Amino acid sequence: METVLISVLNGLVYGMLLFMLASGLTLIFSMMGVLNFAHASIYMLGAYLAFTVSRFVGFFPALIIAPILCGLIGAAIEIWGLRRVHHNGHIAELLFTFGLVFIIQRLVQMTWGMLPMAYRVPPSLDFPLFVLYGANFPAYRGFMLLVSAAMLLGTWLLLKKTRIGLIIQAALTHPQMVSSLGHNVPRVFTTVFAGGCLLAGLAGVIGGNYQTTEPGMADSMGPIVFVVVVFGGLGSLAGCFIASIVMGMIQTFAVVIDYSIADLLRPMGLMLTGDTLLTEVLTVPVARIGALLPFVMMVTILFFRPRGLMGTRDT
Amino acid sequence: MTALSLRNVRKNFGATEIIRGVTLDIAPGERHCIIGPNGAGKTTCFNLISGRFPITSGEILLNGERIDTLPPHKINRMGLSRSFQITSIFQRMSVFENLRCALLWSRGYRYSFWSPLWRQKALNEAAEVLLEDLNLSARRDILAGLLSYAEQRALEIGMTIAGGASVVLLDEPTAGMSNTETDYAMALIRRVTAGKTLLMVEHDMKVVFDLADTITVLVYGQVIASGPPVEVRANRAVQEAYLGALE
Amino acid sequence: MKSRWLILALIAVAIALPWCFYDWGHHRHAGFLLSMLSQMGMMVILALSYNMLLGQAGLFSLCHATFFGIGGYATVHLLNAVGAGDVPVPMELMPLLAGLSGLALAILFGAMATKQRATAFAMITLGISELMATAALMFHHFFGGEGGVTTNRMIENSLFGLTYASGLQVYYLILAWTVLATGLMYYLTLTPLGRMANATRDNFERAQFIGYDPRMVRFLQFALSGFFAGIGGGLYAITYEIVTFDALAAPLSANALLMAYIGGTTVFGGPILGAILITLLQSGVSLLSNSWLVYVGVMFIAMVIFAPTGLAGIIKAHGPIRHSGRLGSLVVPYLRLVIPSLGLLLGFVGLVELMSFLTIGAAQGKKLVLFGGPVDVHAALPWVVSGGSLILGALWLRWEAAGFHRIWENLTAEVRR
Repeated sequence: METVLISVLNGLVYGMLLFMLASGLTLIFSMMGVLNFAHASIYMLGAYLAFTVSRFVGFFPALIIAPILCGLIGAAIEIWGLRRVHHNGHIAELLFTFGLVFIIQRLVQMTWGMLPMAYRVPPSLDFPLFVLYGANFPAYRGFMLLVSAAMLLGTWLLLKKTRIGLIIQAALTHPQMVSSLGHNVPRVFTTVFAGGCLLAGLAGVIGGNYQTTEPGMADSMGPIVFVVVVFGGLGSLAGCFIASIVMGMIQTFAVVIDYSIADLLRPMGLMLTGDTLLTEVLTVPVARIGALLPFVMMVTILFFRPRGLMGTRDT
Repeated sequence: MTALSLRNVRKNFGATEIIRGVTLDIAPGERHCIIGPNGAGKTTCFNLISGRFPITSGEILLNGERIDTLPPHKINRMGLSRSFQITSIFQRMSVFENLRCALLWSRGYRYSFWSPLWRQKALNEAAEVLLEDLNLSARRDILAGLLSYAEQRALEIGMTIAGGASVVLLDEPTAGMSNTETDYAMALIRRVTAGKTLLMVEHDMKVVFDLADTITVLVYGQVIASGPPVEVRANRAVQEAYLGALE
Repeated sequence: MKSRWLILALIAVAIALPWCFYDWGHHRHAGFLLSMLSQMGMMVILALSYNMLLGQAGLFSLCHATFFGIGGYATVHLLNAVGAGDVPVPMELMPLLAGLSGLALAILFGAMATKQRATAFAMITLGISELMATAALMFHHFFGGEGGVTTNRMIENSLFGLTYASGLQVYYLILAWTVLATGLMYYLTLTPLGRMANATRDNFERAQFIGYDPRMVRFLQFALSGFFAGIGGGLYAITYEIVTFDALAAPLSANALLMAYIGGTTVFGGPILGAILITLLQSGVSLLSNSWLVYVGVMFIAMVIFAPTGLAGIIKAHGPIRHSGRLGSLVVPYLRLVIPSLGLLLGFVGLVELMSFLTIGAAQGKKLVLFGGPVDVHAALPWVVSGGSLILGALWLRWEAAGFHRIWENLTAEVRR
């Protein structure tokens, strides 16, 4: 029972982190039609920058500075890179962001080295928030929930209550129309891209000491975030949110489930013997399959319902 | 039996009804023009007929068979072909290749990946003949994307009729053309669609009244008049809707 | 036809090359060269088969290595089976069976993936790639886990009575299959399917309205590209006698993309050029510097922005000028580009190496050696020189490039008349 509760909480934390990343990606994807492969790389940059900045001025200022830096970097990428490639076609944009992954990866390695960084939870937040059935729930995780909830609220307010938000909303589903209405679409694009990167950076700041800050961060988070975006659907932040939480829960729960499909079959009297490939597939504990689940989900949903859960446009 | 029939076809985009119950019958070999003010739904009608969009309700029949649930390529194989308002060709392939591709399916080549095209004499000859017909022989090996606008329109028409479709839909074929170019294009169209059923959307009234056997007037997704040019010209409702454009 | 002679010449060179580096004293072939040439052969097949998707059908796939890898795995298992006497299959036919396994998997995945357009297609292939790589690590039975599956190519079953004990024989087998696969892939571009793949790439809707189901065209193209990728994997297995999950992982798919794109996706031979070039650079440069990935990444992005048609595309663009005999007038403009480009390049390389050494190299206890001389990373001079060279080179190049562009435009306009 305690496992379930703790897992629910952990799943929520992880899901919200995913949402921070996925929301920026969805916005960029929905508006500009560009799948920003380098999104997770910006996440990584956010973590590293926060680490360095916090060594000079402490964690809380870094919480503000690092995401802003990421946003500026995003704006630079959009103005000098993405915009130029735009007229070469859709695939050229994909290739561009794809190439960015390599460069950012190596730049990070060159600047900070190949070893994980000692990006620790700040001491002011390093205490157990409460104890649940003997297991600690760290305050930092509560902080993460707080930040991501605040970000969610902030984004929602921005989109629903401000003029720029209205334009972005419209452009989410009808980009051509917004352009014909005379808005400076390139500037809106830059804003959205920079905003998305800012969110990714923020996610990096708080995620960097939840997970390890090391050069492989982008590779491990990246694919999952894509799955979330696809699953949730284009043009829908709500869908993105639901998908993030679902994914967070699945990944967290999968790790703790030590059973396998074979274990499920056993009470029904079906025993698996032999050393065949099938046996192997069915006796793998769900915990290990956990890594596979997101991709199975993505392929499945793209096959059956390309719009994702709540998408308003086809991918 | 009619070549093409629309029976009370309706189309909604979200909450907006664009086509509101259009019924139309087109006889084989007829030259039929659809006219109407902008936004009346003419291109939408074409898109519905050719399978680009699904209809909301009603029926569309080609030579007596229902086609409104079929995907575009199947409709095409049943003998209906169309051109597009915005030129739609294979820009990175040569003019000759464009035409040859348009001939492939009707000559039974399917998805073959074993017979090299340069060996197919009959096919290549047919493509050359088509090239001549369209007066594009001089531009044979130029990439289609590099042709002039009028040449591209001619190529598009060529590709539309290459497969031997019996019902041809042309969407504003003379759009953006000068008077000479229009005359030329119309002569071409008349020639290549001889004996076929032609359905055309046009804005150029001279062209319409010169060519059409029957004219249908579409306003706000509804047919307000349909018949021989003389009748349509005299029709009150049409005159009101079109305000002098028919003079 | 001129190109026919060029092809024959290339093949002749490929056959003769090992003998040019033969160590007559010790009666030995240069192992390094044979290994690199063999690698090139495989990569040529990988890149060409990838371009069947990207350049010819307009499909951006991220799971291409999956079919290469499955070909490899199938082959190692098959080699083991033949070696144990269970199955009689001659070595020369192994790549064919590898290709068939690639085909089978491509049919399975293609049926799912090609139902979708552009970005959704890319995403599905991304999912497939991650799925397969993870599965490869999980299911030890077929994939051998992290250690992979090993084999021995001395299976004593050959149509020509060869043992494939020597690197030279292996290389000739690879060369033969590379030429065969390349020929087949080229042949494919001349068929209805090949042409319709191009057509579908150019205009999805128009393809529908000439009677073709574009999804079917893409599916078939996808399946066939998987076939050829599988052949490459088979050759990989035969050469290295071991296949690990790297053979189907994302980095190899990215490599295929790089080779095809840099070589040029708009010309059939482009990926061949790309594969040879990248393999050369990889073998050579990666020995000198561990920042190889940065250079590749920057080169790639530079091409995406400035030269999307790739190297082969650039060469082809010179065609009309060459035909009219005006190529000579480009010599001086090109020379004027070379010097600032060199400055830019050297400055960039210098900075990258300096930075890289500071954080990574020092930890590895190496001394930085740049352009033949030891360099003190902590001194200001190397940094200033590199940085200055980079900035000056960039500015100068920008100025020259504008001039070059003007000359190019004028020349092209003249030639067109």
